[in-house]
Amino acid sequence: MKALKFAFRSFGRELRSGEVVVLLAAVILAVAALTAVGFLTDRIGKAVARQANEVLAADLRLRSQEPIPDSWREMAGDYELRTADMVSFPTVVFAGDESALTSLLAVSNGYPLRGAVRISDALFSEQREADGVPVPGEVWADSALLARLGADVGDRLSVGELELRIGSVVTYRPDQSIGFASLAPTLLMNISDVSASGLIGEGSRVRYALLIAGNEESVTGFNAAIEDELPDSMRLRSAEESSERAYAAADRAKRFLSLTAIISLLLSAVAVAMSARRFAHRRMDTVALMKSLGATQGFVISVAIVQLVMLGVIGVFAGSIVGFAAEEILAWILADIMQGDLPDPGPMPVILASGSAMVLLIGFALPSLIQLRNTPPLRVLRHDAMPPAPSRILVAGLSLAAVAALLYRSVGDPTMLLIVLGGIIVIATALYLVGRGLVALMGRFRSGVGVAWRYGLANVARRGRASAVQVVAFGLGLTVLLLLTLVRTDLLEGWRRTLDENAPNHFLINIQRSETESVTNVFAARGVKPPDFAPLVRARMTLINGVSVKEREYPEADAKWFVNREQNLSWATHLSASNELLEGEWWPPDYDGAPLVSIEEEVAAETGLAIGDRVQFEIAGQLLDAEITSVRRINWDSFMPNFFLVLSPGALDDYPATFIASMRVEDHEKGALVDLVRKHPTISVIDLDSILQQVRGIIEKATMAVQAVFFFTLAAGIAVLFAAVQSTIDERRFESAMLRALGARKRIVFAGIMAEFAALGVAAGVLAAAGASILAAILAVQLFELPYSFNPFLWLVGVAAGLLVVCASGYFAARSAINSAPVDVLRGAPN
Amino acid sequence: MSSHSADGAVLAAHRISKKVSSPEGSLTILSDVSFLIDPGESVAVVGPSGAGKSTLLALLAGLDLPTDGHVVLNGANLGELDEDGRAQVRAESVGFVFQSFHLVPSLNALENVMLPLELAGASDARNTARNIIEQVGLKDRWSHYPAQLSGGEKQRVAIARAFATEPAVLFADEPTGNLDTRTGATIMELMFDLNKISATTLILVTHNHSLANRCDRVLSLDAGLLVSDTKAAA
Ligand SMILES: Nc1ncnc2c1ncn2[C@@H]1O[C@H](COP(=O)(O)OP(=O)(O)O)[C@@H](O)[C@H]1O
Ligand SMILES: [Mg+2]
Repeated sequence: MKALKFAFRSFGRELRSGEVVVLLAAVILAVAALTAVGFLTDRIGKAVARQANEVLAADLRLRSQEPIPDSWREMAGDYELRTADMVSFPTVVFAGDESALTSLLAVSNGYPLRGAVRISDALFSEQREADGVPVPGEVWADSALLARLGADVGDRLSVGELELRIGSVVTYRPDQSIGFASLAPTLLMNISDVSASGLIGEGSRVRYALLIAGNEESVTGFNAAIEDELPDSMRLRSAEESSERAYAAADRAKRFLSLTAIISLLLSAVAVAMSARRFAHRRMDTVALMKSLGATQGFVISVAIVQLVMLGVIGVFAGSIVGFAAEEILAWILADIMQGDLPDPGPMPVILASGSAMVLLIGFALPSLIQLRNTPPLRVLRHDAMPPAPSRILVAGLSLAAVAALLYRSVGDPTMLLIVLGGIIVIATALYLVGRGLVALMGRFRSGVGVAWRYGLANVARRGRASAVQVVAFGLGLTVLLLLTLVRTDLLEGWRRTLDENAPNHFLINIQRSETESVTNVFAARGVKPPDFAPLVRARMTLINGVSVKEREYPEADAKWFVNREQNLSWATHLSASNELLEGEWWPPDYDGAPLVSIEEEVAAETGLAIGDRVQFEIAGQLLDAEITSVRRINWDSFMPNFFLVLSPGALDDYPATFIASMRVEDHEKGALVDLVRKHPTISVIDLDSILQQVRGIIEKATMAVQAVFFFTLAAGIAVLFAAVQSTIDERRFESAMLRALGARKRIVFAGIMAEFAALGVAAGVLAAAGASILAAILAVQLFELPYSFNPFLWLVGVAAGLLVVCASGYFAARSAINSAPVDVLRGAPN
Repeated sequence: MSSHSADGAVLAAHRISKKVSSPEGSLTILSDVSFLIDPGESVAVVGPSGAGKSTLLALLAGLDLPTDGHVVLNGANLGELDEDGRAQVRAESVGFVFQSFHLVPSLNALENVMLPLELAGASDARNTARNIIEQVGLKDRWSHYPAQLSGGEKQRVAIARAFATEPAVLFADEPTGNLDTRTGATIMELMFDLNKISATTLILVTHNHSLANRCDRVLSLDAGLLVSDTKAAA
């Protein structure tokens, strides 16, 4: 009780001392980073959970490339299940002279069976749940589609041979995350308009789906009953298996973001430990006095803990507010990437962050405060009487336990935790040693410089340990920021440079054999170089060396997906320029013997298929046997039509084929594409430029969000610097007073202190530039398969940023030492 | 060494010594010192700088323990108590005035005075503290923080704090050492006055011989040895 009273009474003034401010700032930063990321992942998690139940817009979804026979609908009826039909295909639609690729979704009454479609009456206006589906003669369009067409609600759209009125804007549909064309914006239409549109012809890329929903028992029963009867051409998806992937992706994003927040947390922990030490040190006199006045150890420790808890409470409160604001910004940055709006976050992140803040304080501040308990009362008479230093085992143990506790949630299982902890210790030690090395290096310049610099560099060397910690703290934050800004741009640019200037930027798909000539003419009429056509035959793999593909064992799990999916086969007389033969031999141009097949290298590795193996395909009900005679590597960056499986000439002559083509169309030639889709509405044109741009946009936004999280890291680095400066502030005050008493002008003293920070900043910048370069090289070679090119600009920016940030924060941290009057300091004004 | 009986003494030093280890080996800073002090007595401890005065004070108040011998303070053998036990004894029977004031910077004057009262479990700390603040002439400044007070004012607060609990023994270690002569003189007057009113035993470490001579008794230390123990003539 007494302790509580005293703790509260003196707390207000304690808050004004520098080290308490730093300690508090570190706690706020840690809490803010955790809550910001926590809120965001919480909302993403909730969005995923919400969508998981409706991700198929049904409980089961039966898909096929052929119209689904009525027998399935009847069977679902027998199980008292509700059904809805859906037909989807990519097509180009027109509004006036503007055209755009859309993913057309024609649905029957009842869609969606689970969840609801949300629409609005005009672009960017209030959304509401739709009741029902578009009436015949009407379409609902995605806002992106309207934007591309420059159209709005009420305008008319040409869809094939139909003119349809835009009835509403679709803002959300439950199954928007699945499907083939999530990059093309949606157009929702009534299924009864499909045949009149004339868009469905032989070989068009149409997908049919039967949506099924009902009570759980019936669904399970139906599912079990049809499982074995399902023909190969049909696929069944259940909501559970579909949501698994979304959950897994959300989980990965969550872990990644939490780990980035943890870096800020660890740096904050360093700042907390440093300022707590200073806090304890400054409190020693008071504690000794209180003991001389009769305070017991219990009282001393209670006061310390009560004040620690109060700091924690304030830190959590302020940190949550900052975190919440930061999360709103993050969510805003990411708004486009996450389809649909995010649900409001729950209170869980704040609870977790509060717990983490307390763990942080207990792990990193408590040891110093416990030490206070043993302050000898003799200190009131002899100022050099100190409590014994806290046991190293206690300090290391507590802080390690705290880090483990903080990491556990983001890491998950104990083995991983041990690995991550080990990794952190190794990396921290290595970084620390590098920091020491840089500090030592700085010290060597000392003899060749003027008095101010010598004084500054001497200080860096003298405070070697603290200097190294500061260099590492700043170095880390800067590394990541450099990586996310300069290196990202470098890599994206490098990748773009590897793309041929003349690379194709449009794909034409779904061209009938009979149309190839007319297509050539359309382009020729506009003076555009017509494309080369590649044939495409849809097939399914049935047997490999006489064994069913379903029963065979594969080296990699992905192979199962590959062998079971529908294959796009092609044939060629010559090896494509974008291909490289790795093994075996390519057939002669005039080959007309038994079917041979050439396979792509990664598929060969995954499936274990090799030269000499025999593969059987089923094509439109007929069987075809072919022997593998070569393995190829494909340069996908060429943007040429390429196929995993290419057959010898003549092998596919008897089967229905469509053609695809890729071509380069310059901006001024785009009119030819409009002519093309007008004349051949069933041909789909895919604009690679806009897709690339979209992908680029997503990358930019995602890195921006991660960058925002890393600003907390940099701020935590600043907190570490402040804590380090605080812990030396008395010393600095005394030194600067002494220097001035010795006749140094204030400017020299100032220059000396700034020289110290400049040295630290340069070291941090060097560390960051080196770190970013190494990581960039690894990323370039491992991930992007690009040659790494050295960027001197990185070093320039790194060192300049280090210099600027460290000098600026150093100035603010140390200005009181520079400005204090020499007499006051040297007299040591007592209390 | 003294004519007083051990039973009546409020403070007794029995052959206390203090040795510390230093780089040059063991160093004796206080050697075999014994005396008894009666309740209400005022005792000056004098001697050159480094003689061991502060060390003696620390041992008498239980801030530190002697290497040999023992101290009995207000009936309690300090050597037999643990740190918290000695703190308890101090809370009940000891007051301090230090050369460098030692106020708690985060508490205002009134709260500084209340501190030992609350530590001793006094029931009406605030009023008691207010009264005594008034007695030391800081009625209008009770809400000021140490940083806002002059040296003399700080020492007044420290004196108020020392007398607040009506301690059996008051220790003062060169209380005017950080003050100018005039302020020092007023502070000493204040201390002697309060001492008379409260009949507290006063142990005053000082360099100032005229101050020492105002005490009932003078103990002289030199190089850790008690060289004389004289009572004032009157
Ligand atoms: N813990 C200690 N370690 C080393 N030397 C000490 C210690 N305590 C006191 N001394 C030394 O003992 C001598 C007496 O100190 P002190 O009692 O403070 O003298 P005084 O108060 O009379 O000036 C001094 O020389 C001092 O440096
Ligand atoms: Mg002394």
